[in-house]
Order: sequence, then C-alpha cells, then structure tokens
Amino acid sequence: MEAGALTTRDDLAAAGLAGSSRGRLADPAFKWFLTILAVLILAIIVFFFVFLINKASPAISKFGLFGFTFGAEWNVSKSVYGAWPLLVGTLITSAVALVIGVPIALGAALYITELCPARLRAPLTMLLELLAAVPSVVYGLWGVFFLIPKLRPAEQWFADTFSFLPFVGGSVAGPNYFIAGLILAIMILPIVSAISREVISTVPAELKEGALALGATRWEMIRLAVLPYSRAGIAGAIMLGLGRAVGETIAVTLVIGNAPQIGKQIFDQGYTLAAVIANEFGEAANNKLHSAALIAAGLVLFVLTLLINAIARYIVVRGNRMRDIPPPEEELTMPTTGPLIGGPVMQ
Amino acid sequence: MSDVPANALAPISARRRHTDQVMRAVLLIVTLLALVPLVLVILRLLTSGLKAISWDFFTTDPSGNFLGNPGGIKSAILGTIEMIAVAALITIPIGIGVALYLVEYGKQGRFAATVRYFVDVLTGVPSIVFGLFVYVALVVGNVGGSGFAAWKGALAIALLMLPIVTRSAEVVLLLVPDGLREAALALGAPRWKVVTRVVLPTAAPGLVTGSLLAIARGAGETAPLLFTAAIVQGTSFNLNARMNSLPAQIFADVGQAQDRLVARAWGAALTLVTMILILNIVARLVARRSRST
Repeated sequence: MEAGALTTRDDLAAAGLAGSSRGRLADPAFKWFLTILAVLILAIIVFFFVFLINKASPAISKFGLFGFTFGAEWNVSKSVYGAWPLLVGTLITSAVALVIGVPIALGAALYITELCPARLRAPLTMLLELLAAVPSVVYGLWGVFFLIPKLRPAEQWFADTFSFLPFVGGSVAGPNYFIAGLILAIMILPIVSAISREVISTVPAELKEGALALGATRWEMIRLAVLPYSRAGIAGAIMLGLGRAVGETIAVTLVIGNAPQIGKQIFDQGYTLAAVIANEFGEAANNKLHSAALIAAGLVLFVLTLLINAIARYIVVRGNRMRDIPPPEEELTMPTTGPLIGGPVMQ
Repeated sequence: MSDVPANALAPISARRRHTDQVMRAVLLIVTLLALVPLVLVILRLLTSGLKAISWDFFTTDPSGNFLGNPGGIKSAILGTIEMIAVAALITIPIGIGVALYLVEYGKQGRFAATVRYFVDVLTGVPSIVFGLFVYVALVVGNVGGSGFAAWKGALAIALLMLPIVTRSAEVVLLLVPDGLREAALALGAPRWKVVTRVVLPTAAPGLVTGSLLAIARGAGETAPLLFTAAIVQGTSFNLNARMNSLPAQIFADVGQAQDRLVARAWGAALTLVTMILILNIVARLVARRSRST
C-alpha cells in the first residue's frame, strides 16, 4: 500500500501497522457487532410499539380510537371501556404535581446555585437528590399511612373555607387527586431541580456580573439575567418532570382511591391510566376485551409521554437557537434524564 | 479614589432592597420546604421500620398465615438481588456496547442520531408500559413453559435500565480524550484494541458509576415486576418460576391493610431504601476516586 493512501485514522489502522491478519478481520467484526447492538435498540422499540398496537386492537376496533380515548365510562362489568376518566385523572394529578412541585424545585435550584454559601452547596444538592433514591412504592406506603390521615383535617378545612373556588368543596375523600398530586410533586422535585440547576449554572458569569455591576440587587440579577437566559432549559426541565408524573404508577395507585370516575372536586377519588393497568391486569387475564382495553390505556399513556418529551425537546432546541446571547463554549445540551456524572446523580 | 463622587452608583432604593431581602428569604424557605418530605419520610421509615426489623425478619420467608406471625422478607430480599443481577447482566453489556457504537463509530451520523433519539424515547416510557409489554409478550403466552417468571421480571427491569446505562455510558465515553485514541492508533493498534485496551479502561470508573445508579433505579421499581415475576412466599432460585421481590412484597402488604402486614411493609421499605442508598454511595465513591486520579 502506498503511503499516500494513509489519509485517515481508519486507513492507518486498516493498513494494519500492527499488521496481523487477525486484527484486520477483528476490526470490522467489532464494528459490526456494535452496530448490530445499536440496530437492536431500534428494533426493540419498533417491535414494542407494533406489538402493543396489535394487542390493543380488539378494544380499539370495538370502541374506535376516538371513542376509546374520550369515552366517559370505564365499566368492567358492563364491558364498556372509555379511557376519558383515567386520562383526566392522569392530567389532574400531574397538574397538581407541577403547580406544587415546580416553584419549589425552581426556588431550590436558584437558591443552591445563586445564593447559598459555597460550603452548603454540595450537601444541599445531595439531600435533594436523596428524594430521588426513595422508590415509588415507599412513597405510596408513606402516603397511605402518613399523608392521608395527617392531611385530611387540613383538606376538609380548606374545602369548607374556600368552597367558593371552582373544584373545591364538599366532603373530602381519604385518598384523592390532591394527595396523589402532592406525592407526585415530591417525586418530580429532584429531577426538575437537578436539571434546572444544571441549566442555571451555564448562565455566563459575565451576564451576572454585568447585572451586578449595573447596580442590580441579587434578586434583580436572578430576575433579569439568570431567568431569561435559562428560560428554555427550565421549561424543558418542567416538561420532563411532567413526563415523570404522567407515567408514575405505584405511588399513585396507592393514594388515588381507584374509582373510575371524574371527580367533581380536587379532593375526590379518581383513577389514572397507569393505576388502572396496575390494578386490573390480574382480573383481565381471561377477558380478551378487558386486557385489550388495558393495553390500549397503556398505549394512550405511552403516546402522552412521547408527546410531552417531544415538546420538551422542541422547547429546549428552539430556546437555544433563539437566545440572542451567544451560547457558552459548550453547546448547552439537555440532560434528558439519566445520570450524568456530576449531574442529577441519583436518577 | 477621592475623585469618584459618592453617588456614582445609583443608590438602591428602600423598596428594591426590601424586595431583594424578601425574595432571598422566599428562596431559602422554599429550599427548606423541599427538604421537609425527605425528613418526614426518613423519620417515619426509621421509627416504623426499625420496629419490624429483627434477625428473624431477614431469615424467614413470608408465612402467608391468615393470622399470627406474618413472617419475614428473606425471599423478597433474595428475589430482588437475583432479578436485579440478571437484569444488570443483560443490560449493562448491551447499554455500554450501544454507547461505544455511538461514540466510536456512529458519531454525528444520521443513523447514530436516530439511535440516540430512540434511546431518549425509551427513557421517557413509563415503567408500567415496560411491564405491560413483557406481560403481553411473554407472560400471557406462557413463553418458556410458565406464566409469571423471574427472568421475565428481570427482562422488564433490563429494558427500563437500558436507556439509563446507554446515556450515562455515552457521556463518560465522550470524556475520554481523543489524544489517547490517536496515540494508540499511531502506535499501530487496531481499532478494536484501542477501544478495549484504551477507551474502556480509561472510562471504567464512570461506566461503573452509571451502571450502579441504573441498578439502584431498577431495584426500586415495582410496576414492571407485579406484571411479570408476580409475588410468591417462598425463596426461589428458579428463574423460570414466580419470584418475590421487595417492592412487590411492600405493595402487596400495603394492599392488605392489616397492622401486622403493614409493619412488615415498613421493615421491607427500610431494607429496600437502605440497599438503594448503599448502591448510590458506592457509585459516588467510585466517581470520586476516578476524579482524583
């Protein structure tokens, strides 16, 4: 081989400066092995989706896609399956989780990155991440035997006092939408806070120093320099938290009351898509339509989380592009989830 | 400095100073508020959990007696360890392999971007959907001769861990300096040798950390196991039979709402949280050691 052909690393390696024929065979084999693994992931997901659609088809063909998703009645004994009460339950509990969880997560992220003494930063971060180490079923256990009994008087007081508000008033059920939302808020807190913290810490120091140099107070610096710069990333973090809340199963199953109805108020019992699957799959084993309906509920849930994640991604990408300030040297990438070293470690 | 007038900086009005102080206080309070549930959960876990725990608690299986001594959680602890170990054996090599493909071969290509996107999609899939999938695909049809089986539970957990392992491994592999790869190639090493002898050892501590955190995540999952490995009283080492696990045991005990079973649930919860915390701490120690060397 001529020396001139050795233009790339791969050529060098392929030319076998190391030389053995075994090496020449091993290299493409290794590459193909890894490529097949990558193809495997694609295959799993495609199979996953097609398979679930196929198994859900009895329910979908009976009620229609629209009729199933927006049907108002889920009644096993009448063999009528409409996912609307479940979908509404999922959306209400997730909304409660965001309303309670996001301000707290964001506030904590701002405090830790911008205000707290440097010495406290690592311990505070670690404590917040500990929240993510507690499994779902343990939160459920705690919710059933601590939150529900302890909060009930307060909820009843609130319902009586603020009964003029929409969706408030009447008698409070033990397990209800609000308790489920509260537990979800606790569960999404660590991830929303961890991603927000990461986004906030990429705000260039010059921006913050500039604000301070112009005479801004710390809070004004946060409001005028930090928040506008990290808005897109924070929105993405919130959407990812929402994705978590929507899919969370066991803790919600234990505290939502599992009544397939649309509650009239926030302290009523309800049901969610994930909870209905967890509860009913056992009895559905010998009932083809019922199990197809549960699988279809799983698909609705799946599509919902896909949508939420796609929106999160879109917000982040667009937000990065729209920034009028040049991005920091490393393009800001969203840690969509998962443990990034030095990031949200306990996810 | 005498030529700088005293009022060169705009004076901060009382109102602005007041807002600043209030907002700082609000952020501090909110941060403390975030820690309240952690403190409450841990306190309750310790007070209720320690009461249930004894030597017998760890060394006996759940008795299933309708009244009297409910037994311990031996089968649940062993089952969790067995299934998580199998899940880790399946998912860690695949996850790291895919990450290697993305970093070493796929790079910024279109196919690699597609794979990356699909891995993200997997990350967003709720754990119960994985359970449902394995249930419908393997449990309903009695694949392998039995309905519920430990290996099916392990598979559901493996699917759930796969994107976590892949994502974290990709981040770690990207941190390996290109200079190392180029040096090895320049010495005449073939590509596969560069990857196995240079890239992987360099990234090893990070890969271990990511894998341990994925294991910690998988160990706490309940929903996929209810559907696949189900729940059973006795200790089992047969992967093709039902197998107990800590999360499933806790879930079943809470559902019964009997004091003696709830007490066992608290003990099991304390055990599970302790196991997960140990995994997290080990992962952190590995990460710290790799940073200092």
